[in-house]
Amino acid sequence: MTTAVLFDNVSRHFGAIRAVDRVNLAIAEGEFFAMLGPSGSGKTTCLRLLAGFEQPTGGHIEIFGETAEGVPPYRRSVNTVFQDYALFPHLSILENVAYGLMVKGIGREERRKAAEDALAMVKLPGYGGRRPGQLSGGQRQRVALARALVNKPKVLLLDEPLGALDLKLREQMQEELKSLQKSLGITFVFVTHDQGEALSMADRLAVFNDGRIQQLGTPEEVYNRPRTRFVADFVGSSNVLSAKLCQALGLNAAFASLRPEAVAIAPPMNGALSLSGTVASHSFLGATNRIVVDVGVDGARIAVASPAARGAPAIGSPVTLSFAAHDLHPMEDA
Amino acid sequence: MTIVADSFVVPERRGTAGRVSDFFWRHPHVLLAVLLGPPLIWLGIVYLGSLFALLLQSFFSIDEFSGLINYEFTLATYRQLLTEANLDIILRTVLMAALVTLASAVIAFPIAYYAARYARGKWKAVFYLAVMLPLWSSYLVKVYAWKLVLAKEGILTWFFAKLNLLWLLDAWLSLPIVGGNSLSISYTGTFIVFVYVWMPFMILPIQAALERVPATLIEASSDLGGTPAQTFRHVIFPLALPGIVAGSIFTFSLTLGDYIIPQIIGSSRLFIGQAVYAQQGTAGNIPLAAAFTVVPIVIMGAYLWMAKRMGAFDAL
Repeated sequence: MTTAVLFDNVSRHFGAIRAVDRVNLAIAEGEFFAMLGPSGSGKTTCLRLLAGFEQPTGGHIEIFGETAEGVPPYRRSVNTVFQDYALFPHLSILENVAYGLMVKGIGREERRKAAEDALAMVKLPGYGGRRPGQLSGGQRQRVALARALVNKPKVLLLDEPLGALDLKLREQMQEELKSLQKSLGITFVFVTHDQGEALSMADRLAVFNDGRIQQLGTPEEVYNRPRTRFVADFVGSSNVLSAKLCQALGLNAAFASLRPEAVAIAPPMNGALSLSGTVASHSFLGATNRIVVDVGVDGARIAVASPAARGAPAIGSPVTLSFAAHDLHPMEDA
Repeated sequence: MTIVADSFVVPERRGTAGRVSDFFWRHPHVLLAVLLGPPLIWLGIVYLGSLFALLLQSFFSIDEFSGLINYEFTLATYRQLLTEANLDIILRTVLMAALVTLASAVIAFPIAYYAARYARGKWKAVFYLAVMLPLWSSYLVKVYAWKLVLAKEGILTWFFAKLNLLWLLDAWLSLPIVGGNSLSISYTGTFIVFVYVWMPFMILPIQAALERVPATLIEASSDLGGTPAQTFRHVIFPLALPGIVAGSIFTFSLTLGDYIIPQIIGSSRLFIGQAVYAQQGTAGNIPLAAAFTVVPIVIMGAYLWMAKRMGAFDAL
């Protein structure tokens, strides 16, 4: 499989600030790749390095086997969907979508046709005559997508494209983006701080923190086997168990992660591990109850995601927690 | 200890101030009227009133024998305005104003662009100071200072001599129309001083317009394949156009109306402002002076209408 994007020990330092620090990464052609991390973690800078808005201060970037350093953004076959959409306010929707073709010198009739096709693809046929100001956030988002895709980029970069949309629209766009990516076969690099979005959409994802990649893998790998404390906490807010608690459970590790949904409030059965404690708090989350149990070792608290149908035990009542040994994952100390 | 107040309504503040506050809160339109009324009355009487009085004057005529104003509506004054000598004055002024505006825009744009896009913190303060500083000193002093700079024995001539470029200056001064005995008594000199004096009025609106252009739009253009030149032409320039038009309204109209600069620096041929000054003063022909002042108003009206038609205000 062809490598679409290659980061070889790439750094981008702004003075003393290491926005991106020695990142190694390979993204395959046709992959839907997510960069996940909190704000300031370096994920957006990585995207800007790919778009050409930033140049690395160290390391080497290749896009489809060609060196990217020193190539200006306008000579890269890479297009971006911006977080604020960045539609040109003085141009019509059609002119916005056709902009990339216009600056490349493609004839008026041909680019009008291509722009209309692109608008139809994002389900906005007949909107060409309007202005960006007359469109809703979700519609502008689609126009930004059409404007990028009409250029047939080798890599499409998406910078938190769904961040400004409300929940319902966001879920709908997630599905549409995913199916669009599958049908077009274009490599998507998607930046987000929303772990749910990254897990549900990406083929693979990289979790960023402090300019470094903390973990790289499929959503299942990252979710089930977080490599560091940060990943365990950031992706799905896992329980992080201290060394002492690990020892009490017969595991020799600096830290271990335990998913809330892997824990049941029930007596242990055939070889399962167990902890006992008292209920500290509970909250209703719709499908599940989040029950926090004080297990009495180091003041540790274990969050349990329990099916809402089972109800929640009263605060202060003693409970027994059980979970399979393979759900307890040792982690590095970071 | 309780943190809950005794009653839902906090007791009314005592005194007139409290009552006035409550009244305005209940009647926001009254507050608006109180705030806007006086300036609007001022604007109506002093500003528009004087303008209409002026317009009215231009439809009167002057009795050639007595020199008194004949208060009868007539277009005679406008007929007088459209004689060849007066049309010359108008054409000269409009041409000068257009050239000054064009040159100001060309010089101001890079400065404004730098200030809006690159200058940060201290450098931004330096920029504002440098642009505004000339506005804080007397206009007359600046113009006379320029007379010294441009005079035959002035700094500029000395500078050209030092660079062994006197032949260039002489060649320019020997040109018809723009040339003259020295820069300080040529159209070139008038032009240079106009551009200098009105420059801040061009830089600031352009800078304000450019400041409002989000950086991501420029990145988006580049991302979509636009070279820097294309990005300038298709994104930056159209979005800065309202600022350029605003600046040009200043430079154009200020040049149209000015009567001091061409009097101190330039050939002795008249500009509109000087004609107005002469007609209302020594000549005592108020109607003709009024008719002359109508010219810039009409020109600016036409200019704004054209700018609007060209879409200069679409991005507002």
